[in-house]
Order: sequence, then C-alpha cells, then structure tokens
Amino acid sequence: MDVAALTFLALALPFVGALVAPLLTRLLGHNAAWVLALFPAAIVLHFARFWPDVAKSEVVTGGYAWIPSFNVSFSWLIDGLSLTFVLLIAGIGMLIVLYSGGYLKGHPQQGRFFSFILMFMGSMLGLVVSDSFLMLFVFWELTSITSFLLIGFDHSREAARRAALQALVVTGGGGLFLLAGLLIIWNVSGVTQLSLLMAFGTEMRESPFYLAALILVLGGAFTKSAQFPFHFWLPNAMEAPTPVSAYLHSATMVKAGVYLLMRLNPVLGGTPEWQILLPLFGGATLVIGAALACRQTDLKLMLAYTTMASLGLLVMLTGLGFPHAIEAAALYLVAHSLFKGALFMVAGIIDHETGARDVTRLGGLGSAMPLTFVIALAAAFSMGGLFPFFGFIAKEEIYYALSGFDRRSVVFAAIAILGNALMFAVAFAVALKPFIGAKAETPKAAHEAPVLLWLGPALLAAKGLSAALLSGLTHELVSTPMASAISGEPRAVTMSVVPHVGVPLAMSTATALIGIVFYLKLDRLRGFIAAILADIGWGPDRGFDQLIRGLVRFSVGLTRRLQSGRLDVYMTATFILVACVLLVVPLTYGELPRAPFFAPDVPLHELAIMAIAVIGLVAVVLAPDRLTAIVSLGIQGFAVAVIFLLYGAPDLAFTQFMIETLSVVVLALVMTRLRLSPSDHRPLAQKVPDFAIALACGLGFGLMLLKTTGVPFDSTLTEFFNLYSKSIAHGANVVNVIIVDFRGTDTLGEIAVVMVTGLAILSLVRLRAGSLRRIADNDPDAEERA
Amino acid sequence: MEAWFALLVSIFFTVAVYLLLSKSIIRVLLGVAILGNAVNLLIFTGGRLTRGVPPVVPGHQDALTGPAANALPQALILTAIVISFSFFAFLLVLAWRAYEVLQTDNTDEMRVAEPKDEPAPPLGY
Repeated sequence: MDVAALTFLALALPFVGALVAPLLTRLLGHNAAWVLALFPAAIVLHFARFWPDVAKSEVVTGGYAWIPSFNVSFSWLIDGLSLTFVLLIAGIGMLIVLYSGGYLKGHPQQGRFFSFILMFMGSMLGLVVSDSFLMLFVFWELTSITSFLLIGFDHSREAARRAALQALVVTGGGGLFLLAGLLIIWNVSGVTQLSLLMAFGTEMRESPFYLAALILVLGGAFTKSAQFPFHFWLPNAMEAPTPVSAYLHSATMVKAGVYLLMRLNPVLGGTPEWQILLPLFGGATLVIGAALACRQTDLKLMLAYTTMASLGLLVMLTGLGFPHAIEAAALYLVAHSLFKGALFMVAGIIDHETGARDVTRLGGLGSAMPLTFVIALAAAFSMGGLFPFFGFIAKEEIYYALSGFDRRSVVFAAIAILGNALMFAVAFAVALKPFIGAKAETPKAAHEAPVLLWLGPALLAAKGLSAALLSGLTHELVSTPMASAISGEPRAVTMSVVPHVGVPLAMSTATALIGIVFYLKLDRLRGFIAAILADIGWGPDRGFDQLIRGLVRFSVGLTRRLQSGRLDVYMTATFILVACVLLVVPLTYGELPRAPFFAPDVPLHELAIMAIAVIGLVAVVLAPDRLTAIVSLGIQGFAVAVIFLLYGAPDLAFTQFMIETLSVVVLALVMTRLRLSPSDHRPLAQKVPDFAIALACGLGFGLMLLKTTGVPFDSTLTEFFNLYSKSIAHGANVVNVIIVDFRGTDTLGEIAVVMVTGLAILSLVRLRAGSLRRIADNDPDAEERA
Repeated sequence: MEAWFALLVSIFFTVAVYLLLSKSIIRVLLGVAILGNAVNLLIFTGGRLTRGVPPVVPGHQDALTGPAANALPQALILTAIVISFSFFAFLLVLAWRAYEVLQTDNTDEMRVAEPKDEPAPPLGY
C-alpha cells in the first residue's frame, strides 16, 4: 500500500479500535488495555516515517478528493507542528489507555470508556493533521463531542452532567465561531486548504475582513483552550475520570486552540491586533489561572487551573511577536504535555490508592508509595522549570525571549515570572506535600500503585528528563521543525540544558525563589485569594447557570405563548396566514386577475345545480340539529357529483356519489351518539372575525383560480396521456389508465393509506373505553399500577 | 364559465374555513368534509372545463385526438376523493372516541396532550 492509503488507515485506526474496545473488554477485562494500546502504538510507528522529511522542515501533504464539485477534500498536512502533536496525542494516548486499564479496573463500563477515549484520539489526530478547512472543523467539533461523552462518563451524578454540558456548549459554540472565521478566510483567499493558505498571508492581513476573521478564529481558539473569561468549563471538566483529565484536559484537547493559533500564525499573525489580543488574553489567563490554582486544595483542581495558566502562557508567547517567543512556545508546549500528563496521572494514583485527593488531608505517603513519589518529583521539577528537566529548557527559552529591556518585554516578563512562580508553588504542593510530613489518615490504606497505573506517568517523567539531556536530538527532531512550521520560516532552536550565566538564568532563579516563598506561604495565599473571590462573588461559572436557566425559562414562556393548547387558536393562526399568502402577495406585486366575466349563456340546469350546492353549504352552517346538518352535507356533496357528471367526468361523479353516500351513513351512525349543539355556539363577537377570515380565504382561492384560468393552458401532459393510453397501456378510458397504469405506484400508496386508516379506525372502535380513560389521565404511574 | 366556478369555489372555501374555525369538534369535521370538495373543485376548474365529453378513446381510434375533458385532473381528484374520505372517516371515529373518553365535544376542553398549568421543566442538569 502507498503512503496515502496507510495514512488514511492510521487516521481511521482509533475509530476501529473504538468499535472493538467494548468486545475486547468483555473478553479480557481490564487487560484489554494492553491490546488496545497497540492501536496508538501503530499510529506512532506510521507517523514516525515522516520524521526524516519533517526534520528537514519539509511539508508532507496528501489526501483524497471528497466532494470535488465543492472543492472539498479529505486531505492532511504533516509538518513539524502537526507531527509533534500527532506523536504527543498517540504517544500519550497509548500511556493513557494503559493507565485507564488500571484506573477503571472492574468498572462495569470500562469497555465504553476505552471506546470513548479511542474515539477522542481519532478526532484529535484528525484535527491536527487536517489540511482542508471542512475537515478541520468537523474534527474540531468531534473533539468537543467526545469530550462531552468523557466528562459525562459518570452520568449518574448531576455535577458530571452539568460539566459535560458546559464543556460542550462552550467549546462546541466556539467551534461555530471558528467555522464562521474559516468561511471568511475562504472568501478572502479563495482556498480551502491550510497548506495553500500559507501563500495568502499578505492578502489576509490587508483584507478589510481581517479583524472579523481574527476575532472569529480567536473565539474558537480561546473557548477550546480555556482562555479567560471562557476558562470556567475546564476546572469543571475535572468531573471526568482522571485519565480523561490527564489526556484531554491537560495534554491534548485543550491545546487544540493553541494549535490553531500556531497553525494560522504565518497567515493571521504579526499584525498589531494579533500582538495585542493574544498577549492580553494569554497574560490575563496566565495570572488568573495560576492564582486560582493556589486557592484550590483538590489535587485535580489545582492542576486544572495551572493547565489554564499554561495555556495562557502559550497563547501569550504565540502572540508576542518577539524573536524566540515562538521557539519558547514550541518547547513549553511539549514540556507541558509531558509533565502535566504525568502529574495528573500521579494525582489519579493518589486518589485511587488512598481514596482522598484533598491536599490538606494528605501527608506522609512517600514511604508507602516511593515510586509514585519519585515520578511526581520528576514531573514537578520539570513543571517548576528546574535543572535538568525539559521544563528548564523551555523556561530558559521563554525568559530568553522576554529578556529585552523595552517596556513591553518588561511587563510581560513580570507577568511570566509571577505566573511561573505561582505554578512552581502549586507543582510542589501537588508533588511534594502529600508525600512528606506526618502520615495522614486516608479512607484507604495507601500502598504502591500497580504497573498499569505507574507505567504511564513514569515514562512521561522519564521522557521529560531524557528530552532535556539529549536536547540536541530533541531540537533537531521536534523543536526546530515545529518552531519553523509555526513561524512559517526556518528557525533553529539551540537552547541546551547546560545553564549559562545571563539574564534568563537570573529570571529563572528569581522565579524559583519567589515560588519557594509562595509554597511556604501557600495557606495564607489561599485564604487571601479566597477572600478576594468572595468579595467579587459572581463568576462566569455562575453566569453559565444563569444563562441556561434563563434560556429554559424563555423557551418555556415562548412555547406556552405559541402553543396555547387550543385548537381554534392554531386554526385561526393557520388560516390568517393562508389568507395573507393568497391576498398580500398578488396585491403587492399587482398580479390580480382581470375582472371576472360571468358568462350569461350558462344553461339553467347548471346554475340550478350550483345553487343547490350553495344552499347545501349554507344549510350546513345554519343547521339547527344534527340530522339537518347531515342531510345538508349530503346535498352539497351530491351537487358536486352532478357538476362532475356534467363536465365530462363520469368516473369522478360515480366515486363522489358513493363516497358521499358512505359519508352520510357513517356520519349519521356516529352522530346519533354525539351531541351537536342546536346552533353555532360562538358568540357574535367571535363569529364576525371568524367569518372575515373565512371570507378572506375564500376570496383568495377564488382569485387564485381566476388568475390560473386566465393564463394559457399547457396541455402537454394531457396530450401525452390521450395519445398513449390506448397504444401503450391498452385502455380506452384515459382516467382509469392513468390511475392503474401510468400512476400505478401512486395508487398502490393510496390503497395502503386507506388500508392503514381502516385498521386505525378498527382499533379505535374496538379499544375498551376503560383503557382509553387511563391514557386520557396522562398519568404513567396509573398504567403501572393497573 | 370559469368565473362561475371561481365563485362557487370561493363559497366552498369560505364555508369550509368558517366551520374549521369552530370549537365544536363536529363542526370542524363538517368543515373537513367540505374542504375536500372545495379543493377538488379547485383542481377540476384549474384543468379547464369541457362540457359533456369524457376522456375516453373511441373504439375505432388509437388515440384521443378530438376535444374531451382533461383526464389528468380527474385522475388526481379520483385519488383525492378516496383519501379525503378515509381521512374524514378516521377523524370522525377519533372524535367519537374522544367524546366518549373526555365527555366533551369542545376542543377547548380537550387538553390531554397540552394540559393547562403544566408544571415548568426542571432547571437542573
């Protein structure tokens, strides 16, 4: 098979895995994780083949035409940026699958969980390799949907349902912004593929629609990547099982927004708007996220808020436009995925093995869980930006980019130091506090985690160390191609793990020192931030509840107004609309028929029949008792039948005679059991408007008929039937031939309708009155009681 | 001739709609029956009127070439008559059963599906 087919297969593989996962789990139990981990492993192996090309900063594209007439293709784009993401998604995904095997061991729905995780993996892979806009959007929304399924996995709890819905509304809604933005970009540039779009940077930036496109794209990216003020869904998403938090809500999905910004940086970036909006929102998110993280005591929530802060830092770096800022963003993105994934899994291990994850109620676990402790420390060192981990290299690059002496650099350097110092404190509060100090009582007796649980975080933490020690290789394979892809021009990342004296190192040291102070004073800091939040009182999280409640109340009110439950109201509205359509349109466009010509030479018997029909109609309306009404209905029906007879339609006449007779008989049978009020029950005040509406409708239909008969008649079809009914269908009666031959299928359908109606009538007649009464009460419990 | 028919169709529609706007279920049903006739007459006239000659191919000819009534609307109306009768019959029985169960023929009081003072849906998640 060629590379394109294999790549397509690799992209489809997670969905195949999702299909077989429940079955495998039923067969193998939690050990199915070992088999399912092979799926992401195969993906890693496949995409590794692109490494040599991508390391030379080449772009590999491929794909298939999907809807060629709309210029829509299923095509992929593999460069330094997407390859890094693919390897993170599939690599960490593999570890997460293994981890889930241990974490949800014995859970009755473990198979479903594997299925969801693999579906998410497929969506995320598709998102980062998408070349065509449509594919990008589809996978973007698919990640939102799979995230919804995973957050709401424990659907019996209301908090989980709320968090799932919130994430879906915020990120899925953001996806619609993205769609609008992509449509604008498509309109301006005329291309529907990212790889082709790269050549249209100047056109995009100079277009009058640039700002609109930018704001819409940012709307998508900021909601997905939890930027302030759209951050609130991310901490709530911690309702999901911990493997989900580690995978979606730290390492991969939330980075989709950052990915999008990085991907579009060569096209939309570099403008003043870009360099103001991104650092502004990113910087605010960094500081607010880090401060909120300090307030939390739940391990997962602390990590969630630092994730938000890290995403802010990434957005800020992407938008700054300083030399080396892009390189710093690339390095930090990789470092963050490694250490945050590991820390989340460590938090999950602590939760799983002790039954508690409140940092104030944990302590002294180091002796019982030495391996977990080591893993946690390694990850925390990387998160704190300490030598010799990969986080250190990233932090050096960040400070290197921010070490200018102009006002902008100084402001953002201060923001970065503050945010990083707070994150430093949180990192060690998560990775050090639970393991040292006096042993605290926990719901479960703490013991070391099984291999399925510690393997994932251990590998990630080790990767954080080895990537730093082999920094030359890391840069050649990952950092340099990635930074080049983001910036759209060749870049070289050279930062090594060996510390060298300079401004960046001084800033790193300052961060660590401030971080240690924060760590020691964390309890006081927590109280301080909690007090501020209590003063503010309102937050977007509560705003979401208010929005949803308002929406429900609004729609209930609107529904009650529109659906009054009264048939006459619906009827009145319908016929007012009918009258409007029939009268307003011809009046507005001057399409009224010419004045009607009432031919005087109509034979007297025809006029008499018409008069009889009208008499029958009027009598139906005025009938004082039911018998008169029935007979009058028959009069008008028979009059119509006679009219058919006079105008060359004997078939119609006979059918009509038959049907009218049947109608009268059936009606008489039923009506003898029904009470018909002696006269029209309507008060005059209602009769008049009702009659006006009826008259308007009648007038409208009459005018339409006059207009129709006033234009020349196209008899093509009639001539066709007249010509061929005998020669082709061998029947002399053209009407009958049309019914049973030319439109035979239609007649078959008609017979079916009559038959179904007959069955329905039969069942209605034979239903016992007692059972009907119970349905009428509309009380489901009553039925159960019965 | 079409003008007379347009007038007749107008009266049919007026009466049908007036009855349909009623609250008494039996009057609504009568309106449905008349509406069927109104529509059939509308289609019949729309296909133009020809007196007296049904669209039947004479025995010694292979095709109908002379002036005759338009066969197509007749075929359509034939279907429509049958369908509207079954519709009418179904509604009639439904109304009768509803009357038996609810003891009313006033549509305002038939509120099983959309009860008055229905409680608001829950505001939770």
